[in-house]
Amino acid sequence: MTAAAFGPIADTPSPSRRRAWMRSEEARGLAMISPTFLYALALLFLPVLIVIAYSFWTQNYLEIDRTFTLENYRQALTEPIYRDLFVRSLWISLTVSVVTVVFSYPVAWFISFHGGVHKNLWLFLITVPCWTSYLLRVMSWKVILGYGGVMNTGLISMGLIDKPVTSLLYNSNAVVITLVHSWAAFAILPIYVSLQKVDRTLIEAARDLGDSRIKAFFRVTLPLSLPGVISAFLIVMIPTVGDYVTPRLVGGKDGVMIATAIQAQFGKAANWPLGAALSVTTMVLVSLSAAAIVLALKFTIRRIK
Amino acid sequence: MSLLTQRLRFIPFLPIYVAAYFLFLYLPILLLPIFSFNNAATTTFPLAGFTTKWYASLSGNSVMLEAAWNSLIVGLSVSLLSTILGICAARAITRYRFRGQRAAAGLIMAPLFLPEIIVAVSLLMIVLAMGVELSLVTVILGQTVFCVPYAMSVLVSGFEGFDRSLEEASYDLGEAAIGTFRRVTLPVVAPAIVSSLLVTFTISLDEFILAFFLSGTEPTLPVYIWGQLRFAAKLPGVLALGTIMLVASILMLTLAEILRRRAERRTQLAHALP
Repeated sequence: MTAAAFGPIADTPSPSRRRAWMRSEEARGLAMISPTFLYALALLFLPVLIVIAYSFWTQNYLEIDRTFTLENYRQALTEPIYRDLFVRSLWISLTVSVVTVVFSYPVAWFISFHGGVHKNLWLFLITVPCWTSYLLRVMSWKVILGYGGVMNTGLISMGLIDKPVTSLLYNSNAVVITLVHSWAAFAILPIYVSLQKVDRTLIEAARDLGDSRIKAFFRVTLPLSLPGVISAFLIVMIPTVGDYVTPRLVGGKDGVMIATAIQAQFGKAANWPLGAALSVTTMVLVSLSAAAIVLALKFTIRRIK
Repeated sequence: MSLLTQRLRFIPFLPIYVAAYFLFLYLPILLLPIFSFNNAATTTFPLAGFTTKWYASLSGNSVMLEAAWNSLIVGLSVSLLSTILGICAARAITRYRFRGQRAAAGLIMAPLFLPEIIVAVSLLMIVLAMGVELSLVTVILGQTVFCVPYAMSVLVSGFEGFDRSLEEASYDLGEAAIGTFRRVTLPVVAPAIVSSLLVTFTISLDEFILAFFLSGTEPTLPVYIWGQLRFAAKLPGVLALGTIMLVASILMLTLAEILRRRAERRTQLAHALP
């Protein structure tokens, strides 16, 4: 945004004094950001490049064979075990992001439209659970949903059920519930920010011109808050596809996701190139599906309008 | 029918929904403390009575204390390092305009949008490929990558409202760059910096995946907890430890929020002055 706004000014010829000033501002800005930028370059960008490079190599026992090959990708995409894990991971992350956005939207709307003077307090209360230890929260869900856990024993002591329900824990539903809980704040915040930007007079105008409350919401508020919905969707979907802790703790056999397979390649299986190919494939697949869904979402909203 | 719809209208659906949502958010967090004081080794209702023995058992646990010490070292280093890097980036973004700004900020913020396991795996590969031993140092370096985006967003919002003319006035009155930073800039942005330190310390304290991949033989607290989860008998002790960590996190976050708001008010005040 800033770079684009500045491009034309920097490119147009202007008095040399001004250009010198520009250059010095630019130089000082670059100097200021360079420690952080170089750190991210060295410990984020470079490592990701190495992962990509490894994904085209082969593991020969302890050695790495550096001839170019697509064998790892062939394995990642065709072996049924990995294919199933990819499908399940994508499906779970898609479900989690849709459920999180749908359930969080009313809360963001409530805070934005009815939060009163204590909006910041509301937002803080929403974010607190998300800042506390992720591992502990997943563990807590295990305690809640377990066979002899809070939910079962609680319902039994209230007399609602006779014997424990076994279907609560160790399946993909448990994974979805836990992840929806973990990512709630990440969905509410961007939606709230875009709702704050919605011009309230537009909604009033729609009401004055005869739209019902619900119609005005779907034709004015929702389309205008779409940027927030989309970033909420992306910020939940992309990271959850590679979640490791939740499937391991509450997923059981039916809830295993791709991260477990990736971790195995770097641990017991010791096949780094395959692990790298699985990581790259995960990123590519989740980016493609997220892009497709964002496009579909934009298209649908345009139709409603 | 019309009476029913009229009645339905007066039921506050949305507040009820929001209350239920908050219950859902806080339920898992409230259960840990409840069961950590429960006099039973299992997490079942009805509760079996009050005890503090699980907390008492922690104080003699030398492996846990070692992990706590590791977490403290990592947390302090990460919060310091990521806040310093965050200050540079936030200052560059709020104070200067330059080409490539957006791309640089995008790369720095990227860990927020990547699955953590991919960040962890790629760091593990580069560390081992360079022949570096896994230790607390590798955890610190890795967690810093992950914490800088959070530090930066806290700091950018603290720096954004800062009035540049205050600094210019200081330069005009003959103060050097360092003096201006110390005497004009720092007092205004100090709350944001402390807030960033607290937030990044909390994230580091609770961070598991990077520590799990990069810690080698020196576990941090979450890695220690992960090891304990396999043993059902150890659960109450873990719940007690978890409760302590939870309380610590919430206290630090509350403090960070108070400071962040003070920073916001201060920059607004600086604006209001003629």
